[in-house]
Amino acid sequence: MSTLLEVSGVSVSFDGFRAINNLSFQIGPAEMRAIIGPNGAGKTTFMDIVTGKTRPDEGRVIWGEKSISLLKMSEARIAREGVGRKFQRPTVFEDQSVHDNLLMALKNDRAPWSVLFFKPKFKDLARVEELASEIGLSSELSRKSGELSHGQKQWLEIGMLLAQEPRLLLVDEPAAGMTLSEREHTTDILVEAAKTRAVVVVEHDMEFVRRLNCKVTVLHEGSVLAEGSLDHVTQNQDVIDVYLGR
Amino acid sequence: MKNSFLMRNPSILIFLGLLALFTLAVTLMSEATGAGLISTSFVKTLGKTLCLCLIAIAMDLVWGYTGILSLGHFAFFGLGGYMIGMWLMYERTRQIVETSLANAEIPPTAQEVVDAIGSQIFGVVGSSDFPAVWAFADSLTMQLVLVVAVPGVLALVFGWLAFRSRVTGVYLSILTQAMTLALALYLFQNDSGLRGNNGLSGLQNLPGADAIPQSVVSIWFFWASALALGLSYILAAFIVSGKFGSVIRGIRDDEARVRFLGYSVEGYKLFIFVITAMISGIAGALYYPQAGIINPAEIAPIASIYLAVWVAIGGRGRLYGAVIGAAVVSLVSTWFTGGQVPDLPLGGYTLKWVDWWQVLLGLSFVLVTLFAPKGIGGLIDLLDGIRSPNRHGAALGPDSGSLQEREARE
Repeated sequence: MSTLLEVSGVSVSFDGFRAINNLSFQIGPAEMRAIIGPNGAGKTTFMDIVTGKTRPDEGRVIWGEKSISLLKMSEARIAREGVGRKFQRPTVFEDQSVHDNLLMALKNDRAPWSVLFFKPKFKDLARVEELASEIGLSSELSRKSGELSHGQKQWLEIGMLLAQEPRLLLVDEPAAGMTLSEREHTTDILVEAAKTRAVVVVEHDMEFVRRLNCKVTVLHEGSVLAEGSLDHVTQNQDVIDVYLGR
Repeated sequence: MKNSFLMRNPSILIFLGLLALFTLAVTLMSEATGAGLISTSFVKTLGKTLCLCLIAIAMDLVWGYTGILSLGHFAFFGLGGYMIGMWLMYERTRQIVETSLANAEIPPTAQEVVDAIGSQIFGVVGSSDFPAVWAFADSLTMQLVLVVAVPGVLALVFGWLAFRSRVTGVYLSILTQAMTLALALYLFQNDSGLRGNNGLSGLQNLPGADAIPQSVVSIWFFWASALALGLSYILAAFIVSGKFGSVIRGIRDDEARVRFLGYSVEGYKLFIFVITAMISGIAGALYYPQAGIINPAEIAPIASIYLAVWVAIGGRGRLYGAVIGAAVVSLVSTWFTGGQVPDLPLGGYTLKWVDWWQVLLGLSFVLVTLFAPKGIGGLIDLLDGIRSPNRHGAALGPDSGSLQEREARE
């Protein structure tokens, strides 16, 4: 299987602390992957590197069929290449309506000039409606997103992520603060998305990871400790020592 | 057409209607075209106020909507004024020189005329040669282009350097202050080519219009200022109402998030910075012919800080708020500093408003910020029954320029 994203030999230190240490990671174009690991294992730093927020000291990050490097690109450019990211805390534009949030995220030309003269076409509005119903916010479209509950904001952010139509979704703790039924719905959406694109989920909750039913990568002290099915990694002695055994 | 531009922005029609009524009322009361109830100098004051409202709209776009607290927009305003001032001064001096040389026995050569104009204009700074910056001063068209081009290019270069390095928040404000200060200090020099601290004067006299009384000229400029304000209001409303407005308000509240959506934040900031610099340039070009004189003190750093105060008092993040703030504060300021307010005897000490006005302004700024963050524009929310959301004190985004809880509308 071809790879969509290949991270190889990446290291980064902050003030002498090695947050990522010779990390290598690969994911295919339609694959689900869960990343687990204790606090400080480098999960968030890994996402920062892929999305261009942090520049690694060494290593390569190769993207897509044309094998281009993401390291020289700005965050915005990487996002336009098709990397979407959901943050741990829900970050939506609180002063703007749910509709405006989704419309802004919708895949369209991002250049200032064309945005200035942008007029939503019928298909854009239809897509916003469709996404809203998928995330259960159809009746909230005109409300300001700041008024939504914590869970609804999580949904909205997932909706914005889908609206971007990314080829790779990086999702940081999607189920935090959600009820059981909301978690199930989230799982469904992510599993559905992984049929057509790559999805990387960072999660602490083992039950949630089990429900995703996918390959798992365990990070520890900035590098990969184990990789494989959930059952495989949970039986790995190293993993038990550093993470599960506690 | 529920989704038409005007339907989505009812404030535009109301604003334009009020502006038209105001313009009509002033026209009917002026000395030139009406009953003469208001003096020519007051017409000029009102015209200048409209120009200040115009630059306040620019400030609101850049600060209230995009979250960039620029404390340098009066530099662009001043540059616009200098650009139109150069043509006004050159052309008028040329006419005077040509008239006086016409009586000479030998007709003057073109070079002699230019030299004579030069010594007339630059004699005050001990020079008679035209500096390079006056290259286009004989062409009205070129100087009008420069009114927007010079502020635009300066904003482009400055903004590109600052935004590319991701300078934000208070550091950017300091940088913009440094820019205006540097420009003002440069212009104060006699060899800057713009007559040092003398500045450019006699701008109220339109070349070739000596026969037209100032009362008529003042009403022309008043109309032009009102037109520019109206058009810019429509332009600004267009910019902030659509998806572009969504993106810049997103940048104000949480620029990192906008970046991860794939929008180039720097490009958007630069766009807004440059276009507001151009609007400021136009405002300055209309203001200084009404003021009659421009000198480097006009672009002192404090002027740009006042601009932020006007927008804050009017209510940022709403275009009419900026206009109200600029109009109210500058008119009240004229009233107080003009010595028309009677002094307040306080027993042993007499409160002179000319001196104490600034204290009053500072105090009202503090009070508005503390108790009415929506500013005067917030009164309209009060009439509409729009309240602020209850967010337990949380701002609407993590960035320093983001909308605060009590500025937001439900």
